Amino acid sequence: MAILVLAEHDNQTIKAATLNTVAAAAKLSGEIHVLVAGANCAAAASEAAKIAGVAKVRVSDAAHYESHTAENVAALVVALVANEVAGYSHILAPSTANGKNVAPRVAALLDVAQISDVTGIESADTFVRPIYAGNAMATVKSSDAVKVLTVRTTAFEAAAMLANEGGAASIEPLAAGLDLGLTTLKGRELTKSARPELGAAKIIVSGGRGLGSGENYHKLLEPLADALGAALGASRAAVDAGYVPNDYQVGQTGKIVAPQLYIAVGISGAIQHLAGMKDSKVIVAINKDPEAPIFQVADYGLVGDLFEVAPELTSALA
Amino acid sequence: MKILVPVKRVVDYNVKVRVKADGTGVDIANVKMSMNPFDEIAVEEAVRLREAGIATEVVAVSCGVTACQETLRAAMAIGADRGILVETDVELQPLAVAKLLKALCDKEQPTVVIGGKQAIDDDSNQTGQMLAALMGWPQATFASKVTLGDGVATVMREIDGGLETLEIKLPAVVTTDLRLNEPRYATLPNIMKAKKKPLDTVKPADLGVDIAPRLATLKVAEPPKRSAGVRVADVAQLVDKLKNEAKVI
Repeated sequence: MAILVLAEHDNQTIKAATLNTVAAAAKLSGEIHVLVAGANCAAAASEAAKIAGVAKVRVSDAAHYESHTAENVAALVVALVANEVAGYSHILAPSTANGKNVAPRVAALLDVAQISDVTGIESADTFVRPIYAGNAMATVKSSDAVKVLTVRTTAFEAAAMLANEGGAASIEPLAAGLDLGLTTLKGRELTKSARPELGAAKIIVSGGRGLGSGENYHKLLEPLADALGAALGASRAAVDAGYVPNDYQVGQTGKIVAPQLYIAVGISGAIQHLAGMKDSKVIVAINKDPEAPIFQVADYGLVGDLFEVAPELTSALA
Repeated sequence: MKILVPVKRVVDYNVKVRVKADGTGVDIANVKMSMNPFDEIAVEEAVRLREAGIATEVVAVSCGVTACQETLRAAMAIGADRGILVETDVELQPLAVAKLLKALCDKEQPTVVIGGKQAIDDDSNQTGQMLAALMGWPQATFASKVTLGDGVATVMREIDGGLETLEIKLPAVVTTDLRLNEPRYATLPNIMKAKKKPLDTVKPADLGVDIAPRLATLKVAEPPKRSAGVRVADVAQLVDKLKNEAKVI
């Protein structure tokens, strides 16, 4: 039996989340296949072939996979599972917006359960996952023939990219399915930023309601993030108040991050926010309220006025 | 146009759950239960669509124990027209709920199902996608704006790195993200009115659905605790600690 990993990619390059998902797949036993479904995605497929541990890349190149809509991609995956001679015991996708959109659809079409946000693999059928915003960890055992998992990327160290040209894995084309024609992508508005991606950043500077306005957020945190080469994040309160776009949100319902360094500025530390960042290696909290819950998880806490501390920190690092 | 809205009864958003000492689950005896917040957003969206004259009826559905009636009444207090309880004491997992909802969709023939993107108890984020799969319908998950047109819906979705807009054929399933709307507070007169709205109860067996769990929970444990570190006096000390002790910058 083989293991199928659904690649996260933009047709040109493989997203980092795929590497963590392959690493999770490597904890199971079986040959690892990566599915790259896209349009003009040969570049992404050859990059996938260089991921350490991958035996085979299946690439399905068709216009109707361009935007990775769940309906077409799930149908392709189900057809692949039905036709693969070796058979697939597991299907893994990263727990990204895209993975969470597609994986349950695949599972339902296969009439199996889906296991979300897996943080630990105990055996071929037993997995650990957070529930209640990470306030409890459940160990669940699946009785289904095929296990469909989404993987919390921060829980698995990324698989390496092999340096050799062409990579170790074979690349095999996979016939595209029919376009179901249920969904049309009308447009995407992606936040343009020269800073690292929130999910992959080594350092994150994150701001909360304590900043008081979007203007203050930009004025105080952007220079700090630039001094550190950091990504920018925010609490739900800051997003709801309109300081920054929603894709900045770190927390239970936003992004789950685990950078080397997380600097929380003016964030009180609601449970839902902590759920999204408490696995960071080092947490720094800057807040004027000494009783703020964020200090209970911070390695280094600085009680003070962020309007003085943040610029001071920026100039100390510059 | 009929809108079906699945609503789940969960431990209230503000309750900090405790893991049971025997590791069999979390302690939900005597804690406050409420409607899943994402489902509340879904009810609000459906009711707004009816108020705008686009939808004609909003049907709330809940699957679970008898007490889910309260959740349905809460949905009707926001403005849902009637409720259906699929009553069972069996632990329901997302695939089973999706199958129950499919059976109800076959019967009720809604044009759109609007549900929450995930429940805040099991954090699965699966049921809407699964229902769409079983119905062969398109799905628009994590919606931050929904516009219903003639035979199509235009949905703005929250994705990693920004937003995207999908046009989906109806019937379809939409799941809500946080910023779709801000649910109203139910007023006392509306709470009273909700008590008189129709609420039907069916059993999974009546719908011919197998709800047997596919996953067995072996144990539930506390997450690894993170202990508080040290307080630093000023920026200089913080920078020194980060450079020389934590070695992260």
